[in-house]
Amino acid sequence: MFQTTFEIFCRGYLAGMCENERAAIVVRGLHKDFTLPQSRNSSFQQSVINIAKKGKKLTQRVLDDISFEVNKGDFFGIVGKNGSGKSTLLKLIAGVYHPTKGHIKIHGSLTPFIELGVGFNPELSGRDNVYLNGVLLGFDRKQINDMYDEIVSFAELGPFMSQKLKNYSSGMQVRLAFSIVIKAKNDILIFDEVLAVGDEAFQRKCFDIFERYKAAGQTVVLVTHDMETVRKFCNRALLIDKGRIAKIGSPGEVADLYSMLNQNFTNREIESRNRKTVKGNAVIKHMACLDSEGNESGVFKVLSTLRFVLDFDDDKNLEAFAINLFKQSGEHITGFRVTLDAIHESRRNGSIVSDIPIKLAVGKYRFVIQKLADNNKPLGALVDGPEFLVVSDTRRGLPDWSGLIDIERSIYTRKNQEGYIQADG
Amino acid sequence: MLREMVVTDLKVRYQNSVLGYIWSLLKPLFLFAILYIVFIFIIPLGKDVEHYPVYLLTGVVVWNFFTEATTMGTMSVVLRENLIRKISIPTFLIVLASQCAALINLGLNLIVIFIFSILNGIQPGVDWLLLVPLVVELFMLTFGISLFLSSFFVKYRDILYIWEIATQAGFYATPIIYPLMSVPSCLHKWFFINPMAQIIQDARYIIATKTSVNMWSTIHSAAVIIPFMMVSLVFVVGVVCFKQRSRFFAEDI
Repeated sequence: MFQTTFEIFCRGYLAGMCENERAAIVVRGLHKDFTLPQSRNSSFQQSVINIAKKGKKLTQRVLDDISFEVNKGDFFGIVGKNGSGKSTLLKLIAGVYHPTKGHIKIHGSLTPFIELGVGFNPELSGRDNVYLNGVLLGFDRKQINDMYDEIVSFAELGPFMSQKLKNYSSGMQVRLAFSIVIKAKNDILIFDEVLAVGDEAFQRKCFDIFERYKAAGQTVVLVTHDMETVRKFCNRALLIDKGRIAKIGSPGEVADLYSMLNQNFTNREIESRNRKTVKGNAVIKHMACLDSEGNESGVFKVLSTLRFVLDFDDDKNLEAFAINLFKQSGEHITGFRVTLDAIHESRRNGSIVSDIPIKLAVGKYRFVIQKLADNNKPLGALVDGPEFLVVSDTRRGLPDWSGLIDIERSIYTRKNQEGYIQADG
Repeated sequence: MLREMVVTDLKVRYQNSVLGYIWSLLKPLFLFAILYIVFIFIIPLGKDVEHYPVYLLTGVVVWNFFTEATTMGTMSVVLRENLIRKISIPTFLIVLASQCAALINLGLNLIVIFIFSILNGIQPGVDWLLLVPLVVELFMLTFGISLFLSSFFVKYRDILYIWEIATQAGFYATPIIYPLMSVPSCLHKWFFINPMAQIIQDARYIIATKTSVNMWSTIHSAAVIIPFMMVSLVFVVGVVCFKQRSRFFAEDI
């Protein structure tokens, strides 16, 4: 009896272990606690004091029951707010930390790097650092010799290689580090916030490399804050919040949920900013974004309607408002002018209400208002209006357009040169 | 990997100094010069010792290696914090690298001693090869101490101050500046509990003068294994401690 139960248990356990042959990383029931720094003894003195009071140890649970798998060939995204435990998880996977409970199985070799430029020594030349970094990646001297020229040319740092690393700009250091790390031939590659630094040209290069990895079926684990990268490259993603898994699934769903998680923060931000705006500007009393139910909101789904409200006060010079919409990344999406004559003869206090269809790409936007005097002369400085977030509507699926903004269009198709038929879309 | 780490250690240590590596030779030489002036002209302790300059230099060089290797070894893990927090590598390599860097300096210093000995009229013999097992013993001792101390230094930064005081005391507890002959001979055997005393006296016996008191001529019982036992013990304790604690280095640093 006992034996059979034991056998069943064993078989179940083994089946659990081998349930996925394609798995590259298997994480099961992972917990990680940290001893809080206040209670840590960094000198004997404190240690002695602590022995005297011998209280229970203060620990903080950083990761709580994390289980997931990364398959071979996955481009796996890990997202989460600052302090949510992403980096700890990555360090556990990379073997820098050891789990408090649970286990991690890695099938295949893993780049041990979770950050770029690990082990870079500012006192050594760029050349020496290439070798140092290469050795940490598991190459021997000869292999590094063979690829040295490629690394240097990719980083575009040819003339600087004999300079000390401390004289490099941070962008140059990252370029060098990335150029080395992409040489890694490991089964699983890990990147943490690679794109945070670096100019546009460098980011394009990174994207090219990601594109190549994706095409080659390379297993990649990418930690990032940039949801557009997640949508573009990842085939699966994991959202981690307060040490727990909030969602594992398609990058679209995960990215949306991540945006929603940031909503609370965003709303608070907007409120405080609105208050500030009202204080610092006597003419514009209040601005708000309302959803279809008339509630103030900071998050709008694609294809919903946003009602922008602006309450203003007397100003005899005031002739018009220019209401502009900017994307957070700085693009000016659109702008329109509202002449007050048209809505308010006496120029007394009043409101502007504008219903705007959210035919916009997913992302963060902000209204920027300019008061205008006669002849479109700007009156006072630009005023920051409310911010809002556009998220995709998962129920409706993808919109039938792509890019920053939807434009009005008429589309015709032609069949056998018989004449044009108006098409949908 | 070890090689790159040792090279980095050495390269970084003498960055921004004009003389660079030469300092690793100049440091013990200057210490030697100071001690020599003091103990030849002011307190003539070594007047009875044959080839006293070589005798003194040997002691200074060996002791210098000991303090350098243990101090650098203790700090090595913390100095490589940026690595340990971010990459999973066998941490003992970091300590080993610091020991190797010190060992290379010892090698250079030994060459200086050889030159000095020849200038002093000492004929180099085949028995100088006996220095090799001595260096191995010394290396095991410093490696063991470094592993032990560095595993605690990560959490308790007091270790380095304590060790500084301990090495100061050790400098006088070990026959470095004074010849052992000037100590009452009934005390000699107690000195040899200290493996450093045994190593230095043996090295002097090999290089400088056959009249130097060494453990083999003092102790004729099985007790001669005591220093070797001490070295092995330190080494084993160091390895065990380090193994246990190194799992948590990334968090504790």
